[in-house]
Amino acid sequence: MADLMSYEELMLRLEVENFFYREADLLDEHRYEEWLDLFTEDARYHAPMHRNVSSKEMDKQTTREGVEMSWFDEGKETLVKRVRQIRTGVHWAEEPLSRVTHFVANVRLLDSGSGEVGAGEIRVKSRFLVHRSRLEDEDNTWIGNRIDTLRRVDGEWKIARREIYIDQNVLLSKNLTNFF
Amino acid sequence: MVQLTPEMKRLVDSESGTISREIFWNRDLYDQEMEQVFNRSWLFVGHESQVPEPGDYILSRMGEEAVIVSRGRDGKVYVFLNSCRHRGNRVCRYEQGNTFTHMCSFHGWTYDSTGALVALPYHENGYDAMDKSKWGLLQARVEVFHGSIWATWDKSAPSFREYLGGADFYLATGLMHTDGSDNGAEVLGGVVKWRLGCNWKVPCPDTDTTHGWITHRSTALGLGVGPTGNPVRPREDRSVSVGQVRSRYTVSFPEGHTMGVTIPEESDPGWAENGTWEDKPAVREYLREKFEERKRRLGVMAHLSVGPAIFPNEGWLGRVVRIMHPQGPATTEIWTYFFVDKDAPQEVKTALAAHYELYYGPGGVTQQDDMENWYALTIASKGPVAQKLDLNYQMRIDEPPLHGPTEFDMPGLFAHNYSDENHRRYYQRWAEVMQARDWGEMAPTMSAAARGDWVTNRNGS
Repeated sequence: MADLMSYEELMLRLEVENFFYREADLLDEHRYEEWLDLFTEDARYHAPMHRNVSSKEMDKQTTREGVEMSWFDEGKETLVKRVRQIRTGVHWAEEPLSRVTHFVANVRLLDSGSGEVGAGEIRVKSRFLVHRSRLEDEDNTWIGNRIDTLRRVDGEWKIARREIYIDQNVLLSKNLTNFF
Repeated sequence: MVQLTPEMKRLVDSESGTISREIFWNRDLYDQEMEQVFNRSWLFVGHESQVPEPGDYILSRMGEEAVIVSRGRDGKVYVFLNSCRHRGNRVCRYEQGNTFTHMCSFHGWTYDSTGALVALPYHENGYDAMDKSKWGLLQARVEVFHGSIWATWDKSAPSFREYLGGADFYLATGLMHTDGSDNGAEVLGGVVKWRLGCNWKVPCPDTDTTHGWITHRSTALGLGVGPTGNPVRPREDRSVSVGQVRSRYTVSFPEGHTMGVTIPEESDPGWAENGTWEDKPAVREYLREKFEERKRRLGVMAHLSVGPAIFPNEGWLGRVVRIMHPQGPATTEIWTYFFVDKDAPQEVKTALAAHYELYYGPGGVTQQDDMENWYALTIASKGPVAQKLDLNYQMRIDEPPLHGPTEFDMPGLFAHNYSDENHRRYYQRWAEVMQARDWGEMAPTMSAAARGDWVTNRNGS
């Protein structure tokens, strides 16, 4: 019965799920400034690309952070700039704003409290389905998984690190104007 | 100038500066492009740093065709069609790797790293009469230029250098090490690939100097930077840019290559001094040091770093190469390659990668807005009424191209920084290539000898 969660772990997972659901609402309701507040000041936001490689070379399947190219590889400072850009009202790719819906599922605690992340941090794996509907008929869907490192700061969870793995190889959307 | 047929002139009239929207939607013209333009032109397929060792390979594209770019046992670069000669199956299914044998997954026809057919497993006695040497993967002609790899299917095409028609002068500056030495650049791992709804030609002509102020208004307002991440210039400096920016020109070639060039001057600040790297001292110091070496090597020309858009579908943004692969009349797949100095410290490479990601590619704060416009103009040009309305490329059509000032001895047709001359030149070349039956008919009217005349000042003195 190794998979059976303790009451504490179950409550923690519910807490994390609630955190993700609230985050999804902030993004989908275009409350980007409040969304930025969910990140620690030293946060990393990394979305590597997938490569089609031999099953014997799976270590090369995703591009490496800081060494190779990614869809996104940045910190909070540039996320703040992206939000500021959207708020100018002349960021044509998001003017008018797209309608975006974030689904979060398969939430699972990878480790908590100890191990490779520091005390007060937990690592959480989840799946996402992000849908963007834009202007009359533009329609994009991105599916993949996320690995988040959440840190307890003044009693609140904050995202210290977000890894975003979009399933696509050639990205099938004209741009990536939304957050994951 | 090559005489265009009336039908082609209806589509592209570079004398009156009008272009039909049909060339962005018409399926028949698209099919003609695949034959006339993509099957005959020299196309960028990658960079040597992507296949450094014998047996290394990557997948790339030539038009709609998938090709394998492979380093043979002999150390040479080969480019061949990724389609088995037996039943047509894709031979290689990995986008990168190292192997000396590509075995087709259908019946096992096996090719080596030069594309030659080397084995027919379990078929030994079935093909006794077949000359295996005739059934290798279809080979493209390959030329390597300062590390970049170019290929064409056309055996009768001129050499790549001839094809460049003088633009090699600029292309070399985009591909060199920051310190000015040759072959010091590498492509960062991970070619960024994405698909968008516009005709492949829309992003091609360079340089579109008049879109930035409005297309990229939000990067200036929201991030305080220009499209390439340089800090926005002070107002007094910007006021100059409503007219001719000091010694900045659009430069084109009869072969269809287009670019923007700033005439280098001794007084120009180095690349570390534009403010982009204020919070990254390691990058600033690196650029400063390498730029000093560059100046020692190249003199005033050290300031020149021009990524020219090579006809038909190669373009640059700073040190970023992007290739517009056609995927049907109104769909383009852009592949973007990001260059850094091979021997730069990891810290510098990492900072540059982050910089590239922030500005370029589908997530780039700059390019996002380009793609929005390219897509929107495509949709808005689809209807039968819009299709009959020609597009306007008339800016400064009455001004003959200025010539390159003699003292700089730089090739190309120099036109006002704010003009449509590069676009007119690009589409004129497109029309010529579309109608020409052979390279004789495509030869630009300006001969190599006459090119010397370009290098006179604008008064012809």
